[in-house]
Amino acid sequence: MTLRLEYIYWLMGAWLVLCALYNLRERRWSMAAFWAIVGCTFLFGDAIKAASAAHVRWPAQLMGLGVVALGLLAASGTMQKQGSTESERRDAAERLGNRLFVPALTIPFATIVLVLALPHISVRDTPLVDPAQATLVSLGLACVLAAIVAVHTTRAPATQALAEGRRLLDTLGCVALLPMVLATLGGVFAATGVGDAVAAIVGALIPVDNRIACLVAFALGMVLFTMIMGNAFAAFPVMMAGIGLPLLVHKHGAAPAVLGSLGMLTGYCGTLLTPMAANFNIVPAVLLELRDQYAVIRAQWPTALALLVVNVILMAVLVFR
Amino acid sequence: MNYWPLIGIAVVIVGFALKRNPVLVVIAAGLASGLAAGMGIGDLLALIGDSFVSNRALLMFVLTLPAIGLLERYGLRERAQAWIASFRGLSLARLLIAYLGARQMLSMLGLYDLAGHAQTVRPLIAPMSEAAARNDGIALDDDARERVHALAAATDNVGRFFGEDVFLAFAGVLLIQGFYARNGIELDPLSISLWALPTAIAAFVIHALRIAWLQRSLERRSQASSPLDAGSREQA
Repeated sequence: MTLRLEYIYWLMGAWLVLCALYNLRERRWSMAAFWAIVGCTFLFGDAIKAASAAHVRWPAQLMGLGVVALGLLAASGTMQKQGSTESERRDAAERLGNRLFVPALTIPFATIVLVLALPHISVRDTPLVDPAQATLVSLGLACVLAAIVAVHTTRAPATQALAEGRRLLDTLGCVALLPMVLATLGGVFAATGVGDAVAAIVGALIPVDNRIACLVAFALGMVLFTMIMGNAFAAFPVMMAGIGLPLLVHKHGAAPAVLGSLGMLTGYCGTLLTPMAANFNIVPAVLLELRDQYAVIRAQWPTALALLVVNVILMAVLVFR
Repeated sequence: MNYWPLIGIAVVIVGFALKRNPVLVVIAAGLASGLAAGMGIGDLLALIGDSFVSNRALLMFVLTLPAIGLLERYGLRERAQAWIASFRGLSLARLLIAYLGARQMLSMLGLYDLAGHAQTVRPLIAPMSEAAARNDGIALDDDARERVHALAAATDNVGRFFGEDVFLAFAGVLLIQGFYARNGIELDPLSISLWALPTAIAAFVIHALRIAWLQRSLERRSQASSPLDAGSREQA
């Protein structure tokens, strides 16, 4: 028996469809359709990927149409948010005291225990989880465990956990989906050659004989391309292929390990600056119910720019030895 | 070289600048870039569908919401505030700098999923930061509360980003190693990850200083707006 990540995805899909049904019951049609389509991504994800691998393309095309529909539903403006209720909380907080922390800390700590333990557990010589999926499987199991502990601690009906979860999900609304659609855009950009075009432009603009100019172009290119893609992982191969490897490593003799490590971290400075990295910069602003959706970026841009300067200096000193 | 797919980037920049719905903007950018590259609509839809499904792990944080939602309904945030308020000497800067250091150390050990915006910042760190700011005698109007919350989220990002690359089995380190290996340069992951340490230390120092500065600027601001109130707090 193997504990596959797919089972967690099915659970997730079932919960999203349940959220859709809650909305359907309240005649909030757009929200219901939105979460139903997202739920299908999780329920049928494995089947879609298997079909694509077998060159059956209609399931993936249907999913693509679904993604376009999600965009239109998100923009249709009828996905109104629900406010959260304020009453009774302080009384409950006093009654339950520090016991409330136990389920909250269950998610991180159970995740870690499971991440460390699961890869070592085998049932009849087959590993219980694929090591590559251990983190996500552990996170999923920890969330379920935390929900059970939370229900037990608060003595609330289990359905209330689902209803409260759905309230938070509706508060997040379409922003919850932004990381996924941005990553999808990254896939489209990669397939349409956007990266190569950017690298070609940067390569045409810099004086290739000056190693410091190349280094600065590499660093700024990492930041800029990370800001566009919302992800330093997507920028790294492009900038390395365009500038890092041919100019810095081969032409100017840069140390590859230092250049790779510091180059990636320079890209991270870009991640702190861009709304495209929605899961780090926009989702928390919505989660914390901030009025300014760019408030998190405003709080971190000086750190990012100072670190960028430090990184360029570190590279200039450490890379050409 | 076909430069037309770059139109997707233009769509994103214009769409975000005009504050149109971000999900729609991003999907429109993908369609524009694909059509400009000369892809057929069937190929493009299949590409978008496949890519969307492949990235579904990014929505996993939503699975934390039932537990967190229920606990918040029963006063988790209020309890977190009361707990921090009971440590009268715990300032905003001390709390957030300690969190920054802990988040970096844990990420360096590969435990970057131990915390996060949904798991720890919203239910615990943001309300705790509010309470710690009150310990300092900072009057929290809406602006100040927003800045404290945003700083808590930013601190989580900085701590995670500039810790995780020191962990040698981190996907980013393996991506660097894989890139060089494909190009005929063999590197040990440890030799890559150790070079992330200088930046990690710089990130801690820079962000810790900024946290301390923000605390001082908030203190000064609330003293300027209500000198009597601040004076009475100092006596107490």
